[in-house]
Amino acid sequence: MNTIEQLAEGRILILDGAMGTMIQRLGLSEEDFRPESMKDHPIHLQGNNELLSLTRPDAIRTIHEQYLEAGADIVETNTFSATRIAQGEHKCEHLVREMNIRSAQLAREACDKYTALHPSKPRFVAGAIGPMNKTASLSPDVNDPGYRAVTFDELASAYREQVEALMDGGVDLLLVETIFDTLNAKAAFYAIEEVFEARGKRLPLMCSVTITDASGRTLSGQTIEAFMISMAHVPLFSLGLNCALGAAQMRPYLEVIAEQASCRTSVYPNAGLPDQMGEYRETPEVTAKLVGEFMKSGWVNVVGGCCGTTPEHIAALAEEASKHQPRPLPVSA
Amino acid sequence: MSIPNYSGLEPLRIFKGANFVNIGERTNVTGSAAFRKLIKEGNYDEAVNVARQQVENGAQVIDVNMDEGLIDGVQAMTKLLNLIAAEPDIARVPVMVDSSKFSVIEAGLKCLQGKGIANSISLKEGEEEFLRQAKIIRRLGAAAVVMCFDEKGQADNYERRIAIAQRVYDLLTTVAGFPPHDIIIDPNILTVATGMSEHDRYAIDYIEAVRWIKQNLPGALVSGGVSNVSFSFRGNEPVREAIHTAFLYHAIQAGMDMGIVNAGQIGVYDDIPKDLLEHVEDVLLARRPDATERMVTFAEQFKGAPSAEVVAAQAAWREGTVEDRLKHALVHGVTEYIEADTEEARSKYSEPVLVIEGPLMAGMNVVGDLFGSGKMFLPQVVKSARVMKRAVAYLEPFLEEKKKQNAASPPGPLSQGEGDPTPSRGGGPPGTRQGAKKVLLATVKGDVHDIGKNIVGVILACNGWQVIDLGVMVQSATILKTARELKVDIIGLSGLITPSLDEMVHVAKEMEREGFETPLLIGGATTSRVHTAVRIAPHYSKPVVHVIDASRSVPVVSNLLSDNERVRFEAEIKAEYAKVRTQYEGSQREKEYLPLPEVRAKKFKIDWTEEPPVAPKSTGVFSYRNYPLKDLVPYIDWRPFFMAWELAGKYPAILTDAVVGTEATRLHNDALKMLDRMVKEQWIQAHGVAGIWPANAVNDDDIALYANADRTAVLGTCQTMRQQSKKAPGVPYIALADFIAPKGTPDFLGGFAVTAGHGVDERVKRFEAAHDDYSAILVKALADRLAEAFAEKLHEIVREELWGYETAPFTNEQLIREEYQGIRPAPGYPACPDHTTKPELFRLLDATAHTGITLTESLAMYPTAAVSGWYFAHPRSKYFGVGRVGRDQVQDLAQRKGMDQQEMERWLGSNLGYEP
Repeated sequence: MNTIEQLAEGRILILDGAMGTMIQRLGLSEEDFRPESMKDHPIHLQGNNELLSLTRPDAIRTIHEQYLEAGADIVETNTFSATRIAQGEHKCEHLVREMNIRSAQLAREACDKYTALHPSKPRFVAGAIGPMNKTASLSPDVNDPGYRAVTFDELASAYREQVEALMDGGVDLLLVETIFDTLNAKAAFYAIEEVFEARGKRLPLMCSVTITDASGRTLSGQTIEAFMISMAHVPLFSLGLNCALGAAQMRPYLEVIAEQASCRTSVYPNAGLPDQMGEYRETPEVTAKLVGEFMKSGWVNVVGGCCGTTPEHIAALAEEASKHQPRPLPVSA
Repeated sequence: MSIPNYSGLEPLRIFKGANFVNIGERTNVTGSAAFRKLIKEGNYDEAVNVARQQVENGAQVIDVNMDEGLIDGVQAMTKLLNLIAAEPDIARVPVMVDSSKFSVIEAGLKCLQGKGIANSISLKEGEEEFLRQAKIIRRLGAAAVVMCFDEKGQADNYERRIAIAQRVYDLLTTVAGFPPHDIIIDPNILTVATGMSEHDRYAIDYIEAVRWIKQNLPGALVSGGVSNVSFSFRGNEPVREAIHTAFLYHAIQAGMDMGIVNAGQIGVYDDIPKDLLEHVEDVLLARRPDATERMVTFAEQFKGAPSAEVVAAQAAWREGTVEDRLKHALVHGVTEYIEADTEEARSKYSEPVLVIEGPLMAGMNVVGDLFGSGKMFLPQVVKSARVMKRAVAYLEPFLEEKKKQNAASPPGPLSQGEGDPTPSRGGGPPGTRQGAKKVLLATVKGDVHDIGKNIVGVILACNGWQVIDLGVMVQSATILKTARELKVDIIGLSGLITPSLDEMVHVAKEMEREGFETPLLIGGATTSRVHTAVRIAPHYSKPVVHVIDASRSVPVVSNLLSDNERVRFEAEIKAEYAKVRTQYEGSQREKEYLPLPEVRAKKFKIDWTEEPPVAPKSTGVFSYRNYPLKDLVPYIDWRPFFMAWELAGKYPAILTDAVVGTEATRLHNDALKMLDRMVKEQWIQAHGVAGIWPANAVNDDDIALYANADRTAVLGTCQTMRQQSKKAPGVPYIALADFIAPKGTPDFLGGFAVTAGHGVDERVKRFEAAHDDYSAILVKALADRLAEAFAEKLHEIVREELWGYETAPFTNEQLIREEYQGIRPAPGYPACPDHTTKPELFRLLDATAHTGITLTESLAMYPTAAVSGWYFAHPRSKYFGVGRVGRDQVQDLAQRKGMDQQEMERWLGSNLGYEP
C-alpha cells in the first residue's frame, strides 16, 4: 500500500474544496440541523455545520463523494469547529466527541468506497482542526490589553479532545488550518503531540496559515516568515496557506513558503475575493489557472480549495495538477 | 543547513557571520531595581514602557525575569507577556523567558505566539528532570538556554564548563530531539575582581569555554549575562562600561553569539582609554596576579561620572542636521519644532522654494514610500501632511517676497494660487512645484459627502502631485471648465449616495462629448469596479479607473502619469474591465427574477392574530432640538470611524490589533480628545425628530399612513420594494410592507430624521485655515458618528417611551449588534433602496423645520452628518436586502408613485436586474 509520503513524491496531491459552500447550496433549514434529542435546545442551530454529521450524515457523505469524484486525494472531515470551545457558542459541547468520530467515519466511508473503486488512487481522510473562536494572543477587552478570553491550557485541552475523537474515528492525517493566531496553532500541535505520545502512534501533520490581507501578516500580527519559525518545532508533512485570500493575492506569501519550507507545501485559496454581495465568484478555470501558475513555478505539493470552491473547482485543479511536477522536498542537512 | 532563528511578530535569524545578538536586560527584576519596583507596585503600564525602550534602543530579544520572593512569578510573567503581545512595536522581537522556576518558564512560553527562548534549564536536579523540562520546551516551540550547572553545582572552571556543555548537548540532541541550533549554552559569566584569587580566572575561563563549545559542539550557540562580570564595580558606571565592552570584545571573538546586555552600557572597544583598557584586560584575561588590586585603585578616579546612556536617547533626533530633523518631523508627524526648523532651513538655502523642493519633499517622499509599503497608516500620513502644510505656510510670505523681487524677471516659481479660480484644500504645499502634475477632485452634483475625497487629496498631495479640490456638489460643467483652464492631468470623481453613480455616468458622457483625453478616476462608498466597468467606462473612450481606497489612489495616479507605465497600465485596465463586463453579463443571465405577482404571493407572512402589532403609547411627531451631545457619546459605534481612516478591524479589538493597533489607539485618543471639546465647547448642534402614525399595508407593497385612529384620513404613503431574484423553495420574498399588518388589524409605522452636523462646516473651515486637514477630517468623521449615535439614541427613546414596547435597557454592544426588537431602515439602503421615499418621509415629519436638514437634488441630506429612516416595531421585522428587481416591479412602482418609468430607473440604477 502507498503511503501519502510516497504518493506525494510522484505528483501534486489534491485536497477537497469548501464544505460550507456545499452545505449552503443544499438550502437546509433549522430542522435539518436539530438533532432528535435537542428539540428544546434554546439556541438556533442552523449554521452549526458540524451537527449535520449527526443529523444529515447522508448530506455530508454526498459532499465528500462529490469531491472524491472530482478527483480529490484528501478530503477534510466536517469538524472545523468541532471543539468544546467553538461549540460552546451553540451550547453543543456535549456533542463534540460524537461530532468528530461521526465526521471522521463519514469521510472514512466515502474514501474507502473510492479507494475500492479505483485502487490505484488511494484516498485519505484529513481531520480538520479549525482555529477556534477565541484567541490566545489578543485581548477582546480594550481596557485590559493583558486580558485573554482563553488560555493556552484551555485551548490545548479542547484540541486534545478533538484529536482523540478524530483518531478514534479513523483519520489518516491531521490538518490544523485557517491559523490566524499562531498561539492557538501552537496549542493545537502541543495537544497533538501529547495524544501521539500517549497512544504511541503518529499521523502525518498538515499546517495551513491564513494571511489576512495585503499587510502580509496573520491576524495576530506575524509575518509569514515569523510564523514558519514559530512552527519549526513541529514535524510537518506540509505547510501552506488557505482562506481569506484568493490565489492571485496569495502569490507573494506562497513564494516565501516555497522558498523556505523544509517540508512539503500546500495552498488552498478561496475562490477569489468576495464581491460586493459577499459571494465568491472566481470560476474553476480562473482558480485552476492561477494555482496552475504556482504549480508551474514548482512551488506546491498539495492544492485544493477553501471558501467558495466547489467540486468543479477541484476537478479543474486536478486536471491542471496532472500537467505539473510537485515541488521537490528540500534535502535537509 | 538550517540556521538558528527565533521570532516575535517578525523573524530574527542568526546567519553565519551575523552580528552579536543583543538581549535586553532591563525587564528583569533581579537586575533592575527600577523594574522590580514597578512590578511590585503593579505599575505594568510603565513596565511595558521599559520593554519598549529596550527595543527602541536596539535590543533584538528581550529577556523578562520575575524571580523575586514577593512576586507571584507565574502571574507576573503571564501578565507582562500578554501586555507586551498587545504592543506591535515590542512584540515584533522574540522574548526570552527567564526564570529559575520551571513553572514560570512554562507559563511564559504559553503566552508567546513567536518562537521564544527558555532561560534556563540545567542538570541541577538530574537528568530525568532536565529531559522532562527540555521536552516541554520543545513541545512549546522554544529554544533553550542551558546553564553549565550539574548535580554537583555550578561549573566555575574551564574543565567543568566544557564537560557539562558536552553532556547537555548530547542529551538534548540524542534524547530530547533538539536540533543543535536550538541549544544555547550559557557557560556562566561570574564576577571577577572580587578580591578572592580563585575568582581571578572567571572571565578568561568563560571565554575559553566559548571557544571550545563553538569548535566542538556543532550548531550550538553560546550566551551569557554580561553585567555580572563587573558586579564588583557597582556604582562606577564608566568602569563597568569599559569592563563590559572589553569582555564582550574578547568573548565575541571567541564565538559568543548572544548576551544579555544593557545596550546603553556597551561602548566602543577602541574608544576605551588605553590605560583603563590595560587595567581592565589585566583583570579579564588574568594577566597578572595583582590585577584586581591595581584595577580597584585605578577605578577610584572614575566614580561619580555620569554614564553615557542617561544623556542620549529621548531627544536624540534634535541632534541631527536640519534636513534630518525636518524628515523626522514629517515622518513622525511632530509639529512642535517645525517652524523653527523650517526657518533654519530657509536661512541655509538660497531660495525658500528650495526648502520645499529639497528637504521637505524628501521627507514627504519617505512618508509616501512608507505608506506605499504598508509601514505607515493613513492617520499618520494625514498628520505628516499637517506638518508639511505648516512648514509651507511658514515659507509662504518669503515665497511671496521672492516673487515680488522676481517680478521683472521670468515668472516666479508659483504655478498655482495666481488667478486660480478654485480653492485648493488638498493638503499639499500650494503652488510650489512648477512642473507638478495636477489632479482635480470633486464630489459630484447632488452629493455632499467628502471625507474620503479629502483623504485622497491629502494622500495625493503627499506624493507630490498638485491637487485641485473643487469641493462638494460640483456641476459637471464646472468640473470640465476647470479641468480645461488648469490643464489638469487627471480628474477624480467622488460620491457616496447611489444617485451619484448616475451623475458620474453623466460627467463621463460629457467628457466624451467635449473630446477630453484626461483619465477619469471613480471613487466613493457606493462606487465599485463592476459599476465603473459596466456603466461608466463604456461612455468614455479614455481611461476610466475605479479607485477602491485612498491607498490605491497613489499607484493608480502614478501609473497614469508615468510616461513608461501609462500605456501598459491603460491596456491592463481596459482588458480587466472588458473581462468584468463579460463576467457581469454572464452573471446577469444566470440570475432569474420571478414575476411580481408570484413574489407577492410568496411574501413574508406574519400571523397577525398570533403575533399582533405593538400599539404605541403615543402617536404624532416629536421634536428634539439641541439634544445634549454628551448623552450621545455612549452610543457611538466606533467601527465605521476606523473604516473611514482605512483601519480595518472590529472595535475595540482594533486598538490592540497587532498591525494597526498602535495607530488605531493613537487615532482613537485624538478622536476622544476632540470629542470632549466638541461636547464641552458646543461646536455642533444636534436636532432630531421622530413620528409614529397609524398605518396599514395596502396593495401588497405599500404602507398607507393615516391621520386618525379610524384610518379614514390618509396622511401619505410609503412605497416599498420586494425581493425578486429567485430563491430556494420555501424562502419568502420580502418587502418592508410585510412587517405592517393589512387593513383590519390596527398597526403603526414610525419615521425619524436626526443630524449632528450643524456647526461642522465652520469648524472645518477653521482647521483648514490653520493647515490642519487631520483635525478637519476628524471633526467631520466624529460628527458622522454622533449623528449615527443620535439615531441609535432616538430609536431607544422610541422603543422605551414613545412606542414604549421595550423595558430592558441594552448595552451599546447589544445596540450595535441590533439585538433590540424592531428596525429602522433608511431610504437608499438595502431594505429600501429607493431614495425617492425620502421626500415623503421628510414631509410627514416636517423634518426640515424640526432639524434644519435639507435634501439636495440627488436626495442627499445636508448637513452630511444626518440619518433618516422608518421605524418598524414588529418583533418579526428584520433587515434584508431587496437586491435587483425586474422590469415589471419598476413599472409597477413608477405607476404607484406617479413617476415616469425612466426616471424611476435612473433612481434605482444599481438595483435594476435588467438593462433599461
